[in-house]
Amino acid sequence: MAQDYFPLLVFIVVSIVFAFIAIGLPSILGPRRKNQQKQEPYESGIIPFQDARRRFPIKYYLVAMLFILFDIEVIFLYPWAGALLPLRDGYGIWLALVPMGVFLFILIAGLVYEWSKGALEWE
Amino acid sequence: MDWLNLLVIPIIRSVVIIVVLLTGFAYLTWYERKLLARFHVRYGPNRAGPKGLLQPIADAVKAVFKEEIIPGHVDKVVYLLAPALALAPALLIWAVIPLGKDFPAVADVPIGFLWILAIAGVESYGVILAGWSSNNNYSLLGALRSSAQMISYEIPLGLFLVSILLLAGDFSLVNLVEAPRAWWEWLWLWIMFPLFFICILAETNRSPFDLPETENELVAGFQTEYGGIKFALFFMAEYISMITTSAIMATLFFGGYALPFGIGSDILPILGPFILAGKVIVLLFLFIWVRASLGRPRYDQLMGFAWRTLLPISLGYMIITALLTVFFK
Amino acid sequence: MPELPIPIPPLPTLHESVFMAIALLTVVGAFLVVAARNLFHNALGLALTFFGVAGVYFVAEAEFVGVAQVLVYVGAISTLITFAIMLTRGMMYGATSPLNRQAGTAAIIAATVFVVMAGLLGSLPWPVAEEPIVDGQIVIANLGVGFVTEFVVAFLLLAVLLLVALAGAIVLAQDRK
Repeated sequence: MAQDYFPLLVFIVVSIVFAFIAIGLPSILGPRRKNQQKQEPYESGIIPFQDARRRFPIKYYLVAMLFILFDIEVIFLYPWAGALLPLRDGYGIWLALVPMGVFLFILIAGLVYEWSKGALEWE
Repeated sequence: MDWLNLLVIPIIRSVVIIVVLLTGFAYLTWYERKLLARFHVRYGPNRAGPKGLLQPIADAVKAVFKEEIIPGHVDKVVYLLAPALALAPALLIWAVIPLGKDFPAVADVPIGFLWILAIAGVESYGVILAGWSSNNNYSLLGALRSSAQMISYEIPLGLFLVSILLLAGDFSLVNLVEAPRAWWEWLWLWIMFPLFFICILAETNRSPFDLPETENELVAGFQTEYGGIKFALFFMAEYISMITTSAIMATLFFGGYALPFGIGSDILPILGPFILAGKVIVLLFLFIWVRASLGRPRYDQLMGFAWRTLLPISLGYMIITALLTVFFK
Repeated sequence: MPELPIPIPPLPTLHESVFMAIALLTVVGAFLVVAARNLFHNALGLALTFFGVAGVYFVAEAEFVGVAQVLVYVGAISTLITFAIMLTRGMMYGATSPLNRQAGTAAIIAATVFVVMAGLLGSLPWPVAEEPIVDGQIVIANLGVGFVTEFVVAFLLLAVLLLVALAGAIVLAQDRK
């Protein structure tokens, strides 16, 4: 029932409140001695000459995309995994295994293709 | 049902869990420093209190009384939000970990497995936010590395969880602990444990997978621009994650709050949390042992291992588990 | 439990108030997506909205869909969007105006869609379940049974769709040397 999840909501709120209290504490308790040096980006003592605005390898984007696809695959495995034994007893071994086998086969084919294209290499 | 049951008891439980975890975190830092010192044949902290036992308290006091510095070049709101978002998921997973039969940490929801997975999915937010808002090259690189690493290892982790679910056939973690298992199931589970542990090391950014914060190339990675309590919160998030994931591993692989062969826990249900804590301490030793023993891989090795080694292995493991379950259970 | 002297509001109030809070969060997130002047803040607003939608699923007793929402939308798609922003030169820290020359058209379309949707949702007769769903676990397991029996064609088509997306991702991200 939805009410079972209410304690979880309470826990989420309490955790977040706790984190913010912790962040706020030093602004009350700590000293305040500002100067210019403390305000600058950390560059091992060298004066920064460039903003952190630069491009990153597309590789990271590819990883994120692959993650979405496999994440969706995994999420579809869960209901099936939870129902495997009832499926076997109610519908037989074939129906329990074959459709998911085909599903996995298609995705493993994708993985193999990806591998052969070198998308899993990270130079 | 009334307000007492609905609101007051969950709040009390939440606060108790957070306080216990904070104490656990404080003494985990002590435990780690002492153990690392033993591995290095030195003493470790031994000035504050007997055996340095008051050291964590001294550290906490120091962190709270440090000056709050918000550098001028950061995005203030996101910069302050990041440590909170890093810490919250580490705490939240505890909600579903069973501390005893009929004694969940916060609520016994029937979807314990999925809750773990969902919270693990949002764990990378704190890191991304910290890296972006700091407006510093080290931070940004560290954050990108860290989040790419976390999402890469999440896939095999998810597949291993599916395998455990296949064996258990139940989404509730309490039922998982209570369900009797055949000997081959235990054996098959334990074969997977080292691989699962590798995924956990990568998810928690622990050594040897602490590439986001390699001192010699990235200073402190996404935490570079953070100091005082805000840095302490990231630190706390990492260490509480270690405790949390140890508790998950204890629950999934080693019977959680129960003693082997069902001894004791039925007679004294209050023992549950202590048994779980004992298992957690042993698993934490593993984390530290690994840190003291192994060197870092290169980043390409790290990512390649996730996609080219762990992903096929976890897929294969999952398929074999399904076959074993269908034919032998 | 002893009787309290003050009458306690009945449970639906709590259920409704939780729903209201979550809906408010969702709308605030959506507003941030449109109105914030920084692209990264827009992305964070989107993540907040996704999170709120997941909350709505939980309130509606669809735990599995809620978890899938968190995993796929909050955990993966929002991460992808933040990565995309971090990969784009010049768009990371600068403030951009939320309005461009299409603002008027967009406003009209959005208002029309809202009116049509609100009208439809308000006029439809919604079936109400007689009893609350007792065990979410059974619902999820039924979903698993559905995948391989009743909806097996859709399920396998989905695998093909994922395969196509996989190939597309690789083509997109390939270096054009």
